[in-house]
Amino acid sequence: MIGPSTNSTDRHVVIIGNGISGVTCARNIRKKDSQTRITIISGETAHFFSRTALMYIYMGHMKYEHTKPYEDWFWGKNRIELKQAWVDRVDFEEKNLIFSDKTQMQYDVLVLATGSKPNTYGWKGQELNGVQGLYSMQDLELMEKNTHKIQRAVVVGGGLIGIEMAEMLMSRDFPVTFLVREKNFWDNILPVEESKLINRHILEHHIDLRLETELEEIIDDGNGKVKAVKTKSGEVISCEFVGLTVGVSPNIGFLKNGNESDSEKSTLELNRGILIDSYFKTNIPDVYAIGDCAEFKNVPAPDRKNIEQVWYTGRMHGETLAHNLTNRNSVPYKPGVWFNSAKFLDIEYQTYGFVPANIGENEDSFYWEALNGKACLRLFYSKSDQKLLGVNAFGWRLRHEYFDKAISKGYSLEKVVSEIDKANFNPEFYKPFHYEVLKKYNMEFGKTLKLQKQSFFKKLIGSRS
Amino acid sequence: MNIIQRIGLILFVLGLAIFSVLPFIGSYQLEQEMVENEVKDIHMDAMVEVLRPMYGQYYESNFAFISDFNKNFDNYNEELKAKEDWDNVIWDDYTYPLTKAASTGPVSQNPYFYLAITVCLGVLGGLMYIFPLHRNKPEGIKNDGIYFSSMKARGLLGIITGTWLIVFYIILYWFPAYLTNLILMVDPLSIALSGNPASQWFLYGFIYTLAIVVMGIRMFRKYKGNAYQTIRTASVMFFQLAFAFLLPEILVLLNMPWHDFKNIWPLDYSFFYDYRIDGMLNSGALGMFMLVWGIILIVLGVPIFTYFYGKRWYCSWVCGCGGLAETLGDPYRQLSDKSLKSWQIERYMIHGVLVFAVLMTAMTIANYFSGFAILGSATDQLHSAYGFLIGSAFAGVIGTGFYPLMGNRVWCRFGCPLAAYLGLVQRFKSRFRITTNGGQCISCGNCSTYCEMGIDVRWYAQRGQNIVRSSCVGCGVCSAVCPRGVLKLENADEEGRINEMPIIIGNKSITVKS
Repeated sequence: MIGPSTNSTDRHVVIIGNGISGVTCARNIRKKDSQTRITIISGETAHFFSRTALMYIYMGHMKYEHTKPYEDWFWGKNRIELKQAWVDRVDFEEKNLIFSDKTQMQYDVLVLATGSKPNTYGWKGQELNGVQGLYSMQDLELMEKNTHKIQRAVVVGGGLIGIEMAEMLMSRDFPVTFLVREKNFWDNILPVEESKLINRHILEHHIDLRLETELEEIIDDGNGKVKAVKTKSGEVISCEFVGLTVGVSPNIGFLKNGNESDSEKSTLELNRGILIDSYFKTNIPDVYAIGDCAEFKNVPAPDRKNIEQVWYTGRMHGETLAHNLTNRNSVPYKPGVWFNSAKFLDIEYQTYGFVPANIGENEDSFYWEALNGKACLRLFYSKSDQKLLGVNAFGWRLRHEYFDKAISKGYSLEKVVSEIDKANFNPEFYKPFHYEVLKKYNMEFGKTLKLQKQSFFKKLIGSRS
Repeated sequence: MNIIQRIGLILFVLGLAIFSVLPFIGSYQLEQEMVENEVKDIHMDAMVEVLRPMYGQYYESNFAFISDFNKNFDNYNEELKAKEDWDNVIWDDYTYPLTKAASTGPVSQNPYFYLAITVCLGVLGGLMYIFPLHRNKPEGIKNDGIYFSSMKARGLLGIITGTWLIVFYIILYWFPAYLTNLILMVDPLSIALSGNPASQWFLYGFIYTLAIVVMGIRMFRKYKGNAYQTIRTASVMFFQLAFAFLLPEILVLLNMPWHDFKNIWPLDYSFFYDYRIDGMLNSGALGMFMLVWGIILIVLGVPIFTYFYGKRWYCSWVCGCGGLAETLGDPYRQLSDKSLKSWQIERYMIHGVLVFAVLMTAMTIANYFSGFAILGSATDQLHSAYGFLIGSAFAGVIGTGFYPLMGNRVWCRFGCPLAAYLGLVQRFKSRFRITTNGGQCISCGNCSTYCEMGIDVRWYAQRGQNIVRSSCVGCGVCSAVCPRGVLKLENADEEGRINEMPIIIGNKSITVKS
């Protein structure tokens, strides 16, 4: 397929959104093409920062400036223009952006990388002061104000942002009640053992975890401020702060402004997100969408979703679109083996490949958990040929390179277990887990596998297994 | 903070306050026999005469005493200098030994008591504060609130602490006479260890070692559950206590030269000075061993160990300067500058100091073998310039005094010639690297923020590149604070260690070389 746009001297690529997707796209365009004029627009912050690090600013681990992956001179040096402004409306017909201060900007190519916004589900009282989600820098600033001298906070929603918010609040010694709708924490994604491991860890941190508890309404103190929450079971929990962390959805509100144009050609196709094909093309020529705000018409791979809201996928979208915008030969987005990671309070989580929350008939999994209940490993494999399909690890860092290979090449469960030390990425001198894993495997499967012994010299020089 | 910690903090501040005012109490009275005891034979007659007006006089403070001493002494020297009678000018500085001898205050009568209410009280308070730290908390990263802390984020407390340290170092290096009370306080300990009364260096070594031990215990608390940090900290505590503090004093007790077996030239810049060489050569088999061992460390130890383990084997496991930085300095590690500009300055400065040290040593050795026929006085001047600029001002005043202002590795990063040498080996011929774990980096910035050497670790991690940098001391904290398990300190095959064109795993559409 021949790409619609190639290098040209006077082309102006405008990217709305300075998150990981937009910035990766801009950087990679510049690497390949020194001519194109590139502008990144964001109303949120003047410079790119790591959204995933917002929590650390609140916790006092870092300041805003530390979360900026590039120094401020980087943008000028790479001739990437930055404009801090909110886009009010896009005139696709005229290829024109209209900002909230009514100024305008022309573009030749438009990349929409506008990210997400927190979900709300129309709860009574969700608009009260002291009730908020957490996604943007503005949300963080608001949270700083909203949590001034509070007695108790309630966090609603047992996902990644929910547990982050609970951790943030705990770092300032605020008592936290954590309402989770599911039976166990994040159990729509994690198998029950992993979910329970995190349940225990949440309790270990003295967070008041309420499983199978749903929010009914948020109660006003009479002055437009939150006083308490009421759960579906009728319990009233008094609090001065409510974090609503029930997922995020594409931030496309501004694109609906005046979008019902007369001609179909200039009406952007939207569903939950901005609809795109596998080349990130929207229905309008020269308009693309990447990152959280984009919705693939067809899933990129069988184990993928239409909307990918992860740091890593945003980066890959940006890389791939930049390639297509600077090359004659466009390529479709083709993600490799899935991977993701997170940190739940003190326990790190990594996953490679696909591990479902509920294991089907044709697959099985081998599960090992450390005696202290704070580390575990799940190897998910297909029953018919014993090939590894995915891995979950908690409290155990694994080597990405190894599992990328193991899963794409279809290593057998036995091969992986017998060389699991090769995949270990924990720091030096950490207690090795691989003997225990092998022992459990041998017991369960009636095998007598042994790890290859390292020579004394190799141990002495700290060589990799 | 619980009640024990509060009391601990109060005791520590109290101990520190008494320590700080102690130098200014007490009285001084000089007698002729003191001068006869302390002064070299060749200066005896002159000094006895010069100081005659002071004998029997009662001075209420060290300021009054030292000022009178200087007046008498300078008058004598100035007269000779005016007459260009250079041979009779006294170049030795007797201020400190005579002030110490003349001290008649309560400290000299009761050193144990004063040691107890200063240093011991401080240590006790510190431990009371440290032991309950993070009690009943799960293992994990304990960086909450660092950037809200006045002490740790260049607030008022940090500035006061930095100023105190800077002033202390200036007095220690150039005006030790004012510290006589503090030194008298540790005299019994010094006599017990080496048989000699304490000098300001003994006092310094004693406090330095205590700082490493006490703050090392804080490291155990803070990094509980992190085996690398625990073992590494135990190692620097051991090397400081055994090799830098106890063993050299015991050597002196055995009539051997004071020698720190783990100190390596060019950090130990005086290793090839004639008095050191002579000292070793005149001390029999053990002295010879000191010389040979020292040279083996320079020629074989550094390259071989650094090849296998990286410079961390020394900088964050053995070295005394590193030991202090990793313990006392740990609360300030985040204050190092990560900008590209500071890296550029760092490279010029540290390699400049290395060149200075090498040239100075080359000249010293040349002079030694030529019997000081050529460039004798130039070498002396070079020695004193190096000692003043690098040995004292840079390594001491700036190196430690600036902990709360510029981070805990200012000296190691910008000034240490041994770090420069180790770094060259590490950069070009070593198995050590910090491996980046595929595509898992989220650019959060914890690694760069907490790198004490000011390495922008994230720059590499986010592009999937291994970190191979001459300055990395391998403290392992970037790996510890990483929330996604991206960084691992490793020794492994040289192949693939430096990946200039890394590819981030995970995107099959294209292979993007960062």
